[in-house]
Amino acid sequence: MHETRRTAQPSDGPLALLVATKKGAFVLRADAARREFALEGPHFLGHIVNHLVLDPRDRRTLLCAARTGHLGPTIFRSSDLGGSWKEASKPPAFPAGDQAGRTVKHTFRLEPASAAEPGVWYAGVSPQALFRSEDAGDTWSSVASFNDHPRWLEWTGKGQDGTPDGSILHSINVDPRDSRHLYVGLSSGGVFECVSEGRDWRPLNAGLVADFNPDPYPEFGQDPHCMRLHPLAPDVLWQQSHCGIYRIERPGEKWERVGDHMPRDVGDIGFPITLHPRDPRTAWVFPMDGTQVWPRTSPGGRPSVYVTRDAGASWQRQDAGLPRENAWLTVLRQSMTADAHDPVGLYFGTTCGELWASLDEGASWRRLRSHLPHVYAVEVAELDA
Amino acid sequence: MKVRIASPLLSYTGAREVEAEGDSVGALLDDLERRYPGLRFRMVDEQNRIRPHMRIFVNREAVRGLDAPLAPDDDVQILQALSGG
Repeated sequence: MHETRRTAQPSDGPLALLVATKKGAFVLRADAARREFALEGPHFLGHIVNHLVLDPRDRRTLLCAARTGHLGPTIFRSSDLGGSWKEASKPPAFPAGDQAGRTVKHTFRLEPASAAEPGVWYAGVSPQALFRSEDAGDTWSSVASFNDHPRWLEWTGKGQDGTPDGSILHSINVDPRDSRHLYVGLSSGGVFECVSEGRDWRPLNAGLVADFNPDPYPEFGQDPHCMRLHPLAPDVLWQQSHCGIYRIERPGEKWERVGDHMPRDVGDIGFPITLHPRDPRTAWVFPMDGTQVWPRTSPGGRPSVYVTRDAGASWQRQDAGLPRENAWLTVLRQSMTADAHDPVGLYFGTTCGELWASLDEGASWRRLRSHLPHVYAVEVAELDA
Repeated sequence: MKVRIASPLLSYTGAREVEAEGDSVGALLDDLERRYPGLRFRMVDEQNRIRPHMRIFVNREAVRGLDAPLAPDDDVQILQALSGG
């Protein structure tokens, strides 16, 4: 489940894992003890599924962002946890005649809005743009305040760039106190905050290094990989970026590189960051090798999760149960998540099709599945009993 | 006219060959969209460009634009090129 809808009370009901892969989507239903996970699927076999998310507000609406390598991008919807599906009647698309000639390449992230706006969702797409639905994902409209902002082209570099999967608007965080106050993360642009009651946007990148840029501290142009706002402390944001692990407390304007406290031989490069649902000082990362040509695999072939419980002042290795050598895992930015139980369950999927779980907040790990397709995203769906 | 449909679009039409009308490729696709909602956007982007891997043949000749004219007895095939793994 998305961190932004969690409450202070731990969940104790059933849950399912929603797994999006390069070749389709899978649902793994857990038993009450979270010991057994029964696999259902694949759904949309052969489709590239970037994200599969259950609406935590109604616990019924399931949205799936899908495309194939050759057909255009779309959204599928289900109200029975994948028993049946219906396609969105108007998927995210730029207006016809868009001055920049933009077209949506794919939808990457699906984000339910705040509890104050039931049925409202956001979608982050490639090229880096934001869409909104007010009817539970059936029809989508361009968020003009961002997508048509006078500085959009400058902020995003250009409309549709040439990186392998395209630059993406990958992180959408809605302030639970004010549904018009959003933070978004762009893989080729940095962090932007929606201000002026939703009418305007501004960069929020002070302190974030862009070591691939002639100016290492530009106003924008950074490469955040994953950014999350804590639901119980919505002035706290964390991010795993291309250049380290960062944390900010608003109204502060400057990000702090808390990844400087990671072990030097591991570094603080990675894709995902996952927050504890109740403790804003606790977060987990999955480091990867960001040296030389950027293998983006586990450093030294020895995968591990790292946890901080003191807001990034110190980090501890959590690799019990994970392979100790020759495991060149890659965990993408949407492929690690947490449930809302106590103790918190953690889950991650790899690009080699493995699914791992920890029921003790990372202290020990076990493999749930092998031989799935390349995993793009893992989410938790908290279900009704 | 009869229109032959690429296999990735069978989830919309349910058949490899369907009937549709139109005096241009664009009009034909609009009619297919009315009959099979959602199909057109999988083939054509929001700026009215045929997506890169979609191929439309009229009487076995490839057409590139939506404004290509059609006659009632034309043979239309919608194919798809595959690449990647």
